[in-house]
Amino acid sequence: MSGLHELLLLCVVLTNFWLLGTTRLSSAIRATALQGALLASLPIALHPGWSLHILGLAGGTFLVKAVILPTFLRWAIREAAVRREIEPLIGFSASLTLGAVAVALSFAIAAHIPLPESNSALLIPVALSTVIVGLLVLTTRNKALTQVVGYLVLENGIYVFGLSQAERVPFLVEVGVLLDIFVGIFIMGIVVFHINRAFDSLDSTRLTELKD
Amino acid sequence: MEGRAVTFSPLVSLVAVLAAAPALPGIATRTRAFLTGRRGTPVLQLYADLGKLVRKNVVYSRTTTPVFRIGPIIVVATVLVAATLLPLDGHQALLSFSGDLVAFAGLLGLGRFALVLAGLDTGSSFEGMGASREVTISTFAEPVLFLCFTVLVLATGDLTLAGMLGERLSAIWSTAMPSLALTGVGFFMLALAETSRVPVDDPATHLELTMIHEVIVLDHSGPELAMILFGNAAKLALFAVLVVSVLVPRGLLPPWLAVLALLVGLVVVAIGIGVVEASMARLRLNRVPQFLVAAGALAVVGVILLLR
Repeated sequence: MSGLHELLLLCVVLTNFWLLGTTRLSSAIRATALQGALLASLPIALHPGWSLHILGLAGGTFLVKAVILPTFLRWAIREAAVRREIEPLIGFSASLTLGAVAVALSFAIAAHIPLPESNSALLIPVALSTVIVGLLVLTTRNKALTQVVGYLVLENGIYVFGLSQAERVPFLVEVGVLLDIFVGIFIMGIVVFHINRAFDSLDSTRLTELKD
Repeated sequence: MEGRAVTFSPLVSLVAVLAAAPALPGIATRTRAFLTGRRGTPVLQLYADLGKLVRKNVVYSRTTTPVFRIGPIIVVATVLVAATLLPLDGHQALLSFSGDLVAFAGLLGLGRFALVLAGLDTGSSFEGMGASREVTISTFAEPVLFLCFTVLVLATGDLTLAGMLGERLSAIWSTAMPSLALTGVGFFMLALAETSRVPVDDPATHLELTMIHEVIVLDHSGPELAMILFGNAAKLALFAVLVVSVLVPRGLLPPWLAVLALLVGLVVVAIGIGVVEASMARLRLNRVPQFLVAAGALAVVGVILLLR
C-alpha cells in the first residue's frame, strides 16, 4: 500500500475529481495537464530500471500530454473566448458523486478481471475509473471544448491500462498511439474553432438544431 | 509509562487546547491579512474581545423567550463535552466509550440546533434566513463527518475516538497513509464549513444578506455573545485537532510531547486556513454543497482504498 506509484495513482484519481468539480475551462485544462504530468512520471515509478523504452515513453507522454495539448487547448479557449461550462446535463455535485461511484465500481470490477499479474494493485481500478470519468465528462458537458478534455481523460485511462502491460507493448505502438491522440486533439481543436465561427457559441447541443 | 503522566495529561491537554482556541481565528485572520498585504488585527484580539464582552451587560429583545437565553450555554457546553471525547494527548480521552464518535457528531449537532433555535426565537427575518443556511450546510457536512469517521473505523477497527485517533491510529499509520491523508483533507474542508470560514462563509462580511453564522448571533450581546464566540473558536480547535491527529501519528510520542505537537499542529492548521482564505473567494451559496460533496468524495475514495 506504500510506494511512489500508489501515491501518483491516487493523485490521478484526485485530478479526476478536480475535473468533475470545476466550472472553469481553464481550470479543467490545468487538471488534465497535471494529470498528463502524473501519467508521464508513472512509468518511471513503476519500472525502476532506467531503460530507454521507459524513458522514451515518459518523455513523449510528458511532452504531448502535459505541454503541447494543454497549450493548444488554452489557445483554443482564448480564440473561442469561452470561459466556463454553464449548464452541464448532470450537475457538478451529481457528477462528483457519480465519480465516487465510478471509483467504487472500478475497484469492484478490477478484482474480477483475469489479467496477467501487474506491478500495482491500484493500476487497473484507477485506469477503469479514469475511463469512466472521461466518458462522463465527454457525454454530459455541453461545451465542445470540455468534451475534447473528456476525450483526453478517457484516453489517459487507456494509457494507464496499457502501463500495466508496459514491458509487453512495443515502443512503436505507444508512440503511434500518442501521435494519434495528438492529431485527434488537433483536429478537434480546429473543428471547435470552426463551430465557434459558424455558430458564435461552443454549445454542442445547438448542433442538433442544424436546419437548411 | 508511569501512572501519573497518563492520568493527568488528558486534563492538562484539554485545558491547554481550550486556552489556545481563541488564538486560532486570530492566527488565521492575521495570515490572511499578511498575504493580502494588510496589517490585520492582533493575533490575540479575540481574547480582548471576550474579556470586554464578559464585563458588559446583556440586552434581551422583548420577543425572545428562555430558548434564546439557554442557546449560548448549550453551544459552549456541547463543545466542551465533545472536546473531552478526543484523545488530546495522543493516548487517552477524559471520556471514552464504544461508539462515542456518534456522540461527538451528536453533540456538535445539538450545539448547532440550540444556536439555530435561539436565532429563530428573535423573530428577525435575517436571523431566520441565517438559521436556514446554517442548517442547509450542516445537512451536507454531517454525512461527510461520518464518512471520514468510517475511514478511521475501518482503518483501526476501533469504535472509540480515543482509539481511532490515538494509539491504534499510530500503529497502522504507515500502511493506511493514503486513506488517512484523504481523511485529513476531508476534516480540513469540514473545519472550514463548520466554523464558517471563507470558501463557505466570510467571518469578515458586513452585509446581513450574505452572512451565515454571523447573522444568527446578531441579537446576542455581552457574556452570551462571548460564549458563542468562544464556542465557535473551540469548535475550530476541535476540527483542527481531528486534522492533526489524522495526519500526525502522535500516539508514538510521550503524552507531554504529543500535546506540544498538537499545539504546533493547531497553529499550522490555522495558518493553512488563513492561506485558503487569502487565495480563494467565497463560494456562491449554491456552490457550497458541491464543496462538501467533494470532501465526501475524498472520504469515499479513502474508504474504497481500505476496503479493497
